Amino acid sequence: MPEIRVTPLGAGQDVGRSCILVSIAGKNVMLDCGMHMGFSDDRRFPDFSYITQSGRLTDFLDCVIISHFHLDHCGALPYFSEMVGYDGPIYMTHPTQAICPILLEDYRKIAVDKKGEANFFTSQMIKDCMKKVVAVHLHQTVQVDDELEIKAYYAGHVLGAAMFQIKVGSESVVYTGDYNMTPDRHLGAAWIDKCRPNLLITESTYATTIRDSKRCRERDFLKKVHETVERGGKVLIPVFALGRAQELCILLETFWERMNLKVPIYFSTGLTEKANHYYKLFITWTNQKIRKTFVQRNMFEFKHIKAFDRAFADNPGPMVVFATPGMLHAGQSLQIFRKWAGNEKNMVIMPGYCVQGTVGHKILSGQRKLEMEGRQVLEVKMQVEYMSFSAHADAKGIMQLVGQAEPDSVLLVHGEAKKMEFLKQKIEQEFRVNCYMPANGETVVLPTSPSIPGGISLGLLKREMAQGLLPEAKKPRLLHGTLIMKDSNFRLVSSEQALKELGLAEHQLRFTCRVHLHDTRKEQETAMRVYSHLKSILKDHCVQHLPDGSVTVESILIQAAAPSEDPATKVLLVSWTYQDEELGSYLTSLLKKGLPQAPS
Amino acid sequence: MKIKKRFCHSYCLSGHPTLPCNVLKFKSTTIMLDCGLDMTSTLNFLPLPLVQRYVLMHPKTKQTELIDLSTVDVILISNYHCMMALPYITEHTGFSGTVYATEPTVQIGRLLMEELVNFIERVPKAQSASLWKNKDIQRLLPSPLKDAVEVSTWRRCYTMQEVNSALSKIQLVGYSQKIELFGAVQVTPLSSGYALGSSNWIIQSHYEKVSYVSGSSLLTTHPQPMDQASLKNSDVLVLTGLTQIPTANPDGMVGEFCSNLALTVRNGGNVLVPCYPSGVIYDLLECLYQYIDSAGLSSVPLYFISPVANSSLEFSQIFAEWLCHNKQSKVYLPEPPFPHAELIQTNKLKHYPSIHGDFSNDFRQPCVVFTGHPSLRFGDVVHFMELWGKSSLNTVIFTEPDFSYLEALAPYQPLAMKCIYCPIDTRLNFIQVSKLLKEVQPLHVVCPEQYTQPPPAQSHRTDLVIDCQPPATSYRRAEVLTLPFKRRYERIEIMPELADSLVPMEIKPGISLATVSAVLHTKDNKHVLQPPPRPAQPTSGKKRKRVSDDVPDCKVLKPLLSGSIPVEQFVQTLEKHGFSDIKVEDTAKGHIVLLQEAETLIQIEEDSTHIICDNDEMLRVRLRDLVLKFLQKF
Repeated sequence: MPEIRVTPLGAGQDVGRSCILVSIAGKNVMLDCGMHMGFSDDRRFPDFSYITQSGRLTDFLDCVIISHFHLDHCGALPYFSEMVGYDGPIYMTHPTQAICPILLEDYRKIAVDKKGEANFFTSQMIKDCMKKVVAVHLHQTVQVDDELEIKAYYAGHVLGAAMFQIKVGSESVVYTGDYNMTPDRHLGAAWIDKCRPNLLITESTYATTIRDSKRCRERDFLKKVHETVERGGKVLIPVFALGRAQELCILLETFWERMNLKVPIYFSTGLTEKANHYYKLFITWTNQKIRKTFVQRNMFEFKHIKAFDRAFADNPGPMVVFATPGMLHAGQSLQIFRKWAGNEKNMVIMPGYCVQGTVGHKILSGQRKLEMEGRQVLEVKMQVEYMSFSAHADAKGIMQLVGQAEPDSVLLVHGEAKKMEFLKQKIEQEFRVNCYMPANGETVVLPTSPSIPGGISLGLLKREMAQGLLPEAKKPRLLHGTLIMKDSNFRLVSSEQALKELGLAEHQLRFTCRVHLHDTRKEQETAMRVYSHLKSILKDHCVQHLPDGSVTVESILIQAAAPSEDPATKVLLVSWTYQDEELGSYLTSLLKKGLPQAPS
Repeated sequence: MKIKKRFCHSYCLSGHPTLPCNVLKFKSTTIMLDCGLDMTSTLNFLPLPLVQRYVLMHPKTKQTELIDLSTVDVILISNYHCMMALPYITEHTGFSGTVYATEPTVQIGRLLMEELVNFIERVPKAQSASLWKNKDIQRLLPSPLKDAVEVSTWRRCYTMQEVNSALSKIQLVGYSQKIELFGAVQVTPLSSGYALGSSNWIIQSHYEKVSYVSGSSLLTTHPQPMDQASLKNSDVLVLTGLTQIPTANPDGMVGEFCSNLALTVRNGGNVLVPCYPSGVIYDLLECLYQYIDSAGLSSVPLYFISPVANSSLEFSQIFAEWLCHNKQSKVYLPEPPFPHAELIQTNKLKHYPSIHGDFSNDFRQPCVVFTGHPSLRFGDVVHFMELWGKSSLNTVIFTEPDFSYLEALAPYQPLAMKCIYCPIDTRLNFIQVSKLLKEVQPLHVVCPEQYTQPPPAQSHRTDLVIDCQPPATSYRRAEVLTLPFKRRYERIEIMPELADSLVPMEIKPGISLATVSAVLHTKDNKHVLQPPPRPAQPTSGKKRKRVSDDVPDCKVLKPLLSGSIPVEQFVQTLEKHGFSDIKVEDTAKGHIVLLQEAETLIQIEEDSTHIICDNDEMLRVRLRDLVLKFLQKF
């Protein structure tokens, strides 16, 4: 029995280090290769030894697909390809291919240069890893090999984020990566056609949340920022360099312009300029409005937002600072946070999801005394606000996507177990499909029954279609033909054609039965009586009386003969071929019962 | 009619091989391939002041009898030059289908149309005459006016509103995207290497493949290289849009362009380059970017004047995914893919929507001006021709191959300014075509008749034709062509339950057969074979049925039989099954087996068996089954 097997190595009932193994029709595909931000030991990378105990990964995996550039989806890639060893193709979109190596280098620097980790991947490894990447266009059908094909759909989560369809013959799986079903200030909404996959693997970060309208959240955000700077406070917004940052920058930029504000806005790290440049060059991946107006005004050229310098953090007076990384687990955002945390006038706004174990997660769950390195305790007096700006689909959006794609079953990843449970029930109820939520290392097996593709000869098909036009076509009709199987090629042809193609002659099998009748009349008259009798009974059949005196019912021939020995008896010779056996044998039994008395 | 249906027809609506417009009927789908606008008719008019708004000819009118445009299901666009007639096709014709094109094609196509509309609208409208289109009046006009072809098909230029409406009917597609049309046909655009977003198209079903090659290039300029591999295994390859200047080498022309430009500027003259606002101009600017410093021309201003100049320069930078590898990797840095960004930044290149406004303040001579329209009949180029034409210091350099430069210049004669003809046409030449065809190996090639004979001006150049085996089938304008392939098979899906129930038997090594009795379901042009429904349980104990209810349904088909019956073995089998008193007689063609006791006669020949017996159904069935044991069923 063919089956699809799915094993999450990461992101199974968890957020972080997304990595999902899929086996479909004998092909093995790895979806994403991420790192976990909550860990800094072995657990930060997926356990690749699970994939195959013996042999090289390249021999086992047909391809690797990366959905977008966030490190929890691509952070383990150089480790996987260069240190564990994989030389096969890695597929991602053009923007992902452009931005991914920069974030990986950034990640490496923090890990090696700042934390002093040994045995980490090197810059050269990132370069070598990126050489294995094959860039894909949206909606392009990429033929990985003769059988395996993949296709990217717009996911709207960050620049270049894509959902992927993995297809072999008539079996397919869709992996959403992270996606967003509502367009925001810089990206469009995720979209997929009614591709009816056997399985939809979807993220479920906000499995239980139904978010209010984006407008309200934006107004709230602006109000909080505005109030804080009005009273002279500093606002820290921890973000990842690419993605939400650009959306919030556009938001603040337009607000500052409208309100004519002079309070400085800074964006940390050298990435900013570069990041915005990527948005300008890949503007075709942004939303319609930005794409339409970019010639007149490029939304990614900010007037009010300046580059941040470390020294600015100690400047007096209000300011707004975007700093990386987004979960306050390291780097500049954490440094600024430590400086500003003690002042109740200041505010930190967490615009996205924070993984367990990060400072961001701790302060969001209400912790106000944080233990830092060196047993220091940091007291948090500044206001902590959470605004869900991360571009994930909420429960409504997930249901919407399931409705769009119409899968046979659904599998949840990238979420918390408890919330998944809730969504699982909802999906099963609403769509009447099975929904799975495997933990890491747990395998889901889905039996499939793919139909077998073949060819039908046009002659046979047209004959059938012509009959299909007849009035009785409503009831199912049987098509009869011969399937010729050569190699893995299947062709259905008419039996006559099959014989001809194979150079075989038809063997005709014919039956002739003698039916004795008591009838004193002449043969011709007997035949006439047979004709009128059959004509009256067989309304649906073609009954004919031929000039030579014989009677035909369809292709069955009936002749009357007078045996010389007994003039009172007539013999009916009923003759038919094997193909008309039912009718022939029916006719003989009918005639055996005798003919009705002729009306006198 | 029936035979006709099995073929695939191609209707040619355009006589211009580089501005094709063909309609393909394939599996009950009507597909229009490109809709180029032939603008050579503008050469019949005087420049600007006298150009009426009747300037455009489009391939529609005369051929409407050939095909009803409202029946066109889809239009496939191969590049932005080949969509200029789109508003004529999609607007006011009853067209209700979909147009497919790549994003750069649409965006740049929009710019070209916008520029055209803008140029035409700027033309002073003195009086609009139309009587000249009347055949009787045209006859009386002096030559060459009276010889102008098909004046009645000349149309007014469309409006921006019509352009927008036409463009809204376009669905964007990416290279190698498989697009299903009505479940019957699949179309796929492939990179053609000629321009940003330019595509060739594959039109295929599961058993037939037509490749439409239009405007392709094997040279490395800015677009993504041509995808040749996907064109393999075509039944038919339609070849259009070859180079219009088969004897010129584009690289050499670019070199000549630069040296002539440098020469003129050094002598204090101005250079005028009549051009389209997108395409080759990007390559020319890139050449100049590398060239001007080394030639000591860095202080000479480059002006690009077009209502869409700014948009064109901006758009060129955002299509990273459609560019050649070199330019793509620049975007990854991230840097703009085209160096004209730097030319603009350093103020070496300036762009203006028209000669009015800012340009008149900034204008410095000597300079280089890129502007349209290349026909020299409208657009700002007309002003520069008038301004600079009288001085032999100045030079006009023709790079666009669409118009004859002599005809374009005719109304400006006598002209003191130098004229240089450096046509740059990167599309395939005949040598490249024969290489391509050898590589791709289509079963048949179909092309415009112009490609099967040498150009009229160079009739001795027998090498300037398409050379392939079997010889290409040619078509001419307004011709209906039956494409030379026959459809034999249609795709079918066999449900797994049915497949499991089949009993294959090996007939020859590697070939197995199975007889199939199944139910055919057809929906949206997809055919699915399902297992036959289970026979309904006989209702027992019900009242006696009427006789006619017993009439068997003859639709339950019996298989065909094949093989032959060895008489000796057959007789042995009969004996084994209790028949005695068997007599075998030889006949001319075989044998007769007599079962004397049962008064039964079995005639056995090579290809037939005939059982003649009394009306004893039991006996007949027994004999039948014994016979069938020796035969194969189909």
